[in-house]
Amino acid sequence: MNPWIRLILYLVFAPLAGCLLAGWDRRVSARMQSRRGPPILQPFYDVRKLWQKQNLAVCPSQNYYVLFFLVLVIFTGALFFFGSDLLLVIFALTTASIFFVMGAYKASSPFSFIGAERELIQMMAYEPMVLLTAVGMYMVTKTFYVDGIANQKGLLVLTLPGVFLGFVYMLEIKFRKSPFDLSSSHHAHQELVKGITTEFSGRTLAMIEVAHWYESVFLLGWVYLFFASSPILGVVMSLLVYGFVVLVDNVFARLKWQSALRSAWVVTAVLGVGNILVLSLWR
Amino acid sequence: MTLVLGLVLIPFLAGLVLLCLRADLPRRVVVVGVTVAVCAGSIALACVAAPVNLEGLPVSRHGIHLGMIVIEALMGLYVVYVGVRSRHYLIVSLMVAQGAVMGWFEWLARGDVTADAGQALFVDKFSVVMALINGIVGGGICVFALGYMREYHTKAHREVPDRRPFFFALLLVFMGAMFGLVFANDLPWLFFFWEITTLCSFLLIGYTQTEEAKKNSLRALVMNLSGGLTFALAIVFFYHDAHSVELQKLIHSDHALALLPAALLCFAGITKAAQCPFSSWLLGAMVAPTPVSALLHSSTMVKAGVYLVLRLAPAITGTKVGLMVALVGGVTFLIGSLEAITTSEAKRVLAYSTVANLGLVVMCGGIGTSQAVWAGVLLIIFHAVAKCLLFLCVGVVEHKLHSRNIEDMSGLILYMPKVAVMMLIGMAGMSLAPFGMLISKWAALKAVVDAEPMMCVFIAFGSAATLFFWVKWMGKLVEVVRPQTPVVHEISVDESVALYGLSAATFLACLLFPVLSRQFIEPYVAGVYGQSGSLGPGNTIIMMIMMVLVMLFPFSFLSRGRGVKLVDPYLGGANVEGSPAFTGSGGAVENMTMRNYYMGGVLSELWLSRAAVAGGVALLAAMIAFGSFIL
Repeated sequence: MNPWIRLILYLVFAPLAGCLLAGWDRRVSARMQSRRGPPILQPFYDVRKLWQKQNLAVCPSQNYYVLFFLVLVIFTGALFFFGSDLLLVIFALTTASIFFVMGAYKASSPFSFIGAERELIQMMAYEPMVLLTAVGMYMVTKTFYVDGIANQKGLLVLTLPGVFLGFVYMLEIKFRKSPFDLSSSHHAHQELVKGITTEFSGRTLAMIEVAHWYESVFLLGWVYLFFASSPILGVVMSLLVYGFVVLVDNVFARLKWQSALRSAWVVTAVLGVGNILVLSLWR
Repeated sequence: MTLVLGLVLIPFLAGLVLLCLRADLPRRVVVVGVTVAVCAGSIALACVAAPVNLEGLPVSRHGIHLGMIVIEALMGLYVVYVGVRSRHYLIVSLMVAQGAVMGWFEWLARGDVTADAGQALFVDKFSVVMALINGIVGGGICVFALGYMREYHTKAHREVPDRRPFFFALLLVFMGAMFGLVFANDLPWLFFFWEITTLCSFLLIGYTQTEEAKKNSLRALVMNLSGGLTFALAIVFFYHDAHSVELQKLIHSDHALALLPAALLCFAGITKAAQCPFSSWLLGAMVAPTPVSALLHSSTMVKAGVYLVLRLAPAITGTKVGLMVALVGGVTFLIGSLEAITTSEAKRVLAYSTVANLGLVVMCGGIGTSQAVWAGVLLIIFHAVAKCLLFLCVGVVEHKLHSRNIEDMSGLILYMPKVAVMMLIGMAGMSLAPFGMLISKWAALKAVVDAEPMMCVFIAFGSAATLFFWVKWMGKLVEVVRPQTPVVHEISVDESVALYGLSAATFLACLLFPVLSRQFIEPYVAGVYGQSGSLGPGNTIIMMIMMVLVMLFPFSFLSRGRGVKLVDPYLGGANVEGSPAFTGSGGAVENMTMRNYYMGGVLSELWLSRAAVAGGVALLAAMIAFGSFIL
């Protein structure tokens, strides 16, 4: 497919898909807890409502950080679906997250502050594995370009099983799902309040939601890369991975940040580094 | 030729003049004059079409050689005197050993005309890049120091004896020595300038003459002297085997001749660049006034170390020696980045970050492929400007706040907006994509994955840690907690000239990096390897789009506060009007504080530094052993 067409499809349909995924997540979670759950389009209704609300802020400039967070997240996904360099995609994603964190710092309430700090810890936890995933894919396909990786013959997951498992572990952190919902919980009655998003409201909070939709689609797109040679399997596996993340979210309680960081780095060191070691010896 | 000699000699001569000037005004005139001269000179050198003609020294080679020996001997005697006076006999023995080795070399080379036959000086694009850094960044530091040291002695630190003539003389001599170092091709010449930088850094670190300063300056001296000793040994071994003392010959000799000298020179470079077992000297160097730290960390000294390692990269690439050098760099990058998380002292964080980033450069040098060397030179450039800017900003903040604790910088954006913005520029340059350091890290990662995929592990973990400590510091600067009155006169004229200049330089270096790469780095790398690394045109365009996107961010502040209703932050209780306090459940007024994480329970600075020393010593021993057996 022409990269420009892919890019446009992403820009238009990613929020839709992300919204449906989020709605599905809430529905499935509710069923797991023996509740009925909201309609599947509830996330969309939420965002529409938020968009009409009054814009409250502690600091006048805090909202601009979130605006740039959204823009950069969209940019990251656009790079990915355009078929650019995977490392560049990772760096763009990191920059986007930094804007989010800076916005929370700027808001200067203790809850958003602790959320920002913990978000940074989470970034520190998943960043090595994400980089090593790109490295692992490069070692197999000899290219960092998403295009080239997607056109590889043979399933990447067969040569990169450790990297794949490590990447799924990192997705738990990246989606801020339990047991790694350290920086922002879904339930505002907890000790964190809403963590990193505590001081954002109205349109700004809506932007964070939309950014999250774009991000989910992009991350699942990355899961798809592991199975790219067989498109149907790829889509199925991406959805299964998402389902797994939702399941884990409902099964586990929150970890302390120390254990989250340690476990993430241990997983990276064992699965990620181990896989790459095998590959480099094998060559 | 005249230009190159002028760049080396003008700072030296001006340094001597400054030694005799006690008044403030003439000193300013001389320092500013020299800065303008070296900036103009290095830019002119960059514009001259290579190769620069270096034939025909105005005086005889032999005479210069003798003069250098005399000065070296005097410096040696002074070092021995320092060692005896402070009862530090390791210094004495290292110096005596070094003197003996150099004596041996002179004995071997007596009456040998071929030793003087080659080119003494050498200019290529890499030396030009180093000269530009030294001229512009080093010059900026000297100008900054004029205003800073006045405030240092009249307000902030009255207890320290005012020895400013000596201080500025040393700064300029240091700069001159650095110029000499990057242009020298003759190894004994290079060694001469190398030793001058060692001695100058010792004197500058000990400037305040407090107990701590004396102790740390001696530590710096010991470590750098050990590097000097291996440098001297490298000269002797190479001369003995190859009958040449030319750096260029060494680089292009085959492994049988060049590997041991190259390993020894890398050892010297690693000591000077404050890599793993030796990083404590650079951390100790913080006791000196801020311009000294900035000078040591950005334009001179440590850059001399990485310059040498990168120069030698072609000689060690693909060998076990190169692998060990790369490992030293990798371990240093990882541990340095983790250590930077654990401390809240601004200068210490900067120092650890320097150590870490130089580790990355050394890693590139050890890998030594064309792509790696390209990334290494890029790292040097971006690190020099951004780190210098950050050090100088911290110096200014320290004078106004009387603290260099990051926690005290909370909300700096409100009461010292100019300095805070400049610090943010520096930090963005160090950590944020798509700016300088991140481009270089990316390039380094690409270079490493082709040559030694396992080394990626160091970069992956290290850069995650880097991100953490930079962003939490940036967050501290922008958060708004305590009501503070703005500081009216933030900075003096000299300081602001230097700071604005360096901010502009950081900004331009990020923006113009494709030009820098095409004009300087690619020709150098292509000249050595026959091919050069680059990011590829498509990626450069994407980087530019992203850079423009991020640079639009400040403009969003133009519509500041429009359509937004301001409220108090949520504190879990009733907010007390106009202050960061709240009424808790018991009816008592509670104050709110926010402190960054330093991960004391997870990471220990002491254990990390012990691990670094142990790992570094083992790797260096292995490196020398591999060098001796030519592996």
